[in-house]
Amino acid sequence: MSRIIEIDPVTRIEGHAKITLHLDDNEEVQDARLHITQFRGFEKFVEGRPFHEMPSLMARICGICPVSHLVASAKACDALMAVRVPETGVLLRKFMNLAQIVQSHALSFFHLSSPDLLLGLDSDPAKRNILGLAAVNPAVARDGIALRRFGQKAIELLGGRRVHPAWIVPGGVSSPLTAENRDALRASLPEAFAIAERTLEWFVPLMPRFVEEIRTLGQFPSHYMAMLDENGRWEHYAGKLAVVNPQGKIVREIESARYQDVIGEAVEDWSYLKFPYYKHLGYPDGLYRVGPLARLNAAKGFGTPKADHAFAEYRKMENGPVTSSFHQHYGRLVEILGALEEMQAILDDPRILDTRVRAEAGANASEGVGMSEAPRGTLIHHYKIDDRGLITWANLIIATGHNNLAMNKGILQAAKIYVKAGKLQEGMLNRVEAVIRSYDPCLSCSTHAAGAMPLHIQLVAPGGAVLDELRRGA
Amino acid sequence: MSPAAPGVVTFVMDGKDVSARADQTVLAVAREHNVAIPTLCALEGLSTVGACRLCLVEIAGSPKLQPACVLKATEGLNVSTRSERLDKYRKMIVELLLSERNHVCSVCVSNGHCDLQSLAQSLGIDHVRFPYLYPSFAVDASHARFTLDHNRCVLCTRCVRVCDEVEGAHTWDVMGRGIRSQVITGLKQPWGESESCTTCGKCVQVCPTGALSEKGKSVAEMRKRRDFLPYLTQMREEHA
Repeated sequence: MSRIIEIDPVTRIEGHAKITLHLDDNEEVQDARLHITQFRGFEKFVEGRPFHEMPSLMARICGICPVSHLVASAKACDALMAVRVPETGVLLRKFMNLAQIVQSHALSFFHLSSPDLLLGLDSDPAKRNILGLAAVNPAVARDGIALRRFGQKAIELLGGRRVHPAWIVPGGVSSPLTAENRDALRASLPEAFAIAERTLEWFVPLMPRFVEEIRTLGQFPSHYMAMLDENGRWEHYAGKLAVVNPQGKIVREIESARYQDVIGEAVEDWSYLKFPYYKHLGYPDGLYRVGPLARLNAAKGFGTPKADHAFAEYRKMENGPVTSSFHQHYGRLVEILGALEEMQAILDDPRILDTRVRAEAGANASEGVGMSEAPRGTLIHHYKIDDRGLITWANLIIATGHNNLAMNKGILQAAKIYVKAGKLQEGMLNRVEAVIRSYDPCLSCSTHAAGAMPLHIQLVAPGGAVLDELRRGA
Repeated sequence: MSPAAPGVVTFVMDGKDVSARADQTVLAVAREHNVAIPTLCALEGLSTVGACRLCLVEIAGSPKLQPACVLKATEGLNVSTRSERLDKYRKMIVELLLSERNHVCSVCVSNGHCDLQSLAQSLGIDHVRFPYLYPSFAVDASHARFTLDHNRCVLCTRCVRVCDEVEGAHTWDVMGRGIRSQVITGLKQPWGESESCTTCGKCVQVCPTGALSEKGKSVAEMRKRRDFLPYLTQMREEHA
């Protein structure tokens, strides 16, 4: 008799989810589904609002990555205004987006994932968290907290507050950078560099310990999407969207406004998270991945010395694209280094204190698309307005959404290996969770959810009866 | 014969003797003596309508509360500007205002510069006890320079009065009754199609919330400038 195993809730991710594992008559895992169980509805309730309010309104989707939403939304509004943002406005927006990437990657790597990495996936769940880590390895926990603080502080120095700064606006940013704050930002960079470098130093030699996880956690060839600059290098703000095939070759490069040429969106009745797919391959075969793994598979490098060195080492792991989702942890560390180097370069740019930071205009186009790289991957905001500048339609594709098909496939892969004879074991729960965590999904963003994220697995018979259940609180 | 100068009266405010001209309101006298009475519809330079009821004060010997903005200073009056009862009513009034429309400070153009928000903060309102009505109001963005968002309107009628009394255009008015009241431009036509509107923007500047705002302002960017109003009124009186 076939059964379904349910993991509900999933812990140490941002948002709320449950997993069901569908077993066939031979007690073999046949299908795995990640159910995103909350609905938020931002795309609908922004209808009728003036477009100038959109960046800060959309940023309320998420308290972790408000800056990512500010950037993508403001870029969509720039397109509605048909303006060119002043150079310094672009530099300042870029700087804040990089600070956001650093703080979010620090949160994912140190607070959420390093307990798995340093304490072991099978260690006591009650101690497998940042506090348990602090007891065993206080230096790493301190570094994590300090690096996140660095990013948050940088956001505050630019926008006046750490969470939800209303500073990135249509046309640019609302106020220029002061010399005093520029100097404060410069002074905070060396410690961040030191943390990023020493974390790579202890993490890379640790990799052989995770051979099994690398092999089994989301390890499969796929397409990838990421933004690239005009030289094919790592990019987070401007540039084109590149589609990379499983062999690592760039097969499409498109302007952000034409994202619908390559991305289709499917829905399933068991999840509030959409299933974007690569149109060329159709649904559900058009699985692709975004985020650190995809960006580092698409890019030729960073164009900065420290990150390029780390990138070269990272890419040596495989002959071709790096395919294991587990490597996203490593990828985040490489990206942190690249982000810090770009932040340094921006602060050294003489234009950075220019006071011309915003272009003003009304509604000059009826449709606008804004694309940026959020920590978790490519973020797309797409708006249409009426001739008075009121939103008539909005579509968002969030990084976690792009990875939806990939997360489901990764869970299935792990479950097939770790679920034996239909038995629910803690070790299996941890591994299934670890697959999801490697994508650092932000479900509050992607479904638009409220609340904390706790894991619940259910084993369900073909008739729908729950046969077995494991539940773990947040 | 010139009209007689108003006489001087003495009355008690919060247990203290105060003197005032007989044509002054209790609110004006309170402000002269740095006694804080919350207000919303009142604005220096405009006529008083006593509509919001936030400035209600207690009068010794009378069970009725009176709005300080229209209550004239009279000899022997004994008023209290603060009491448990007044605090309770003032809180309730602001909570009812918040529940009546869709006030979402975090995504409002006036966040951080809003009279309603400041009032709620000063009265210690951290939640609203009444169910929200969530009315459905469309935003009027038909005007080239300004936006009207009924979702954020508290019906104080400052816009109606400044347009009528100071600009002299009387573009604004109120339609409907009670909870269905709504400010309108012209004969309830889109603001941009109003023939009387001079696009002076006074209504926007006096609006206490983000209901009236300048186009192009993003969240928390709408700061109202109201210094012009008492200045303008004074200049007109002097040159009349």
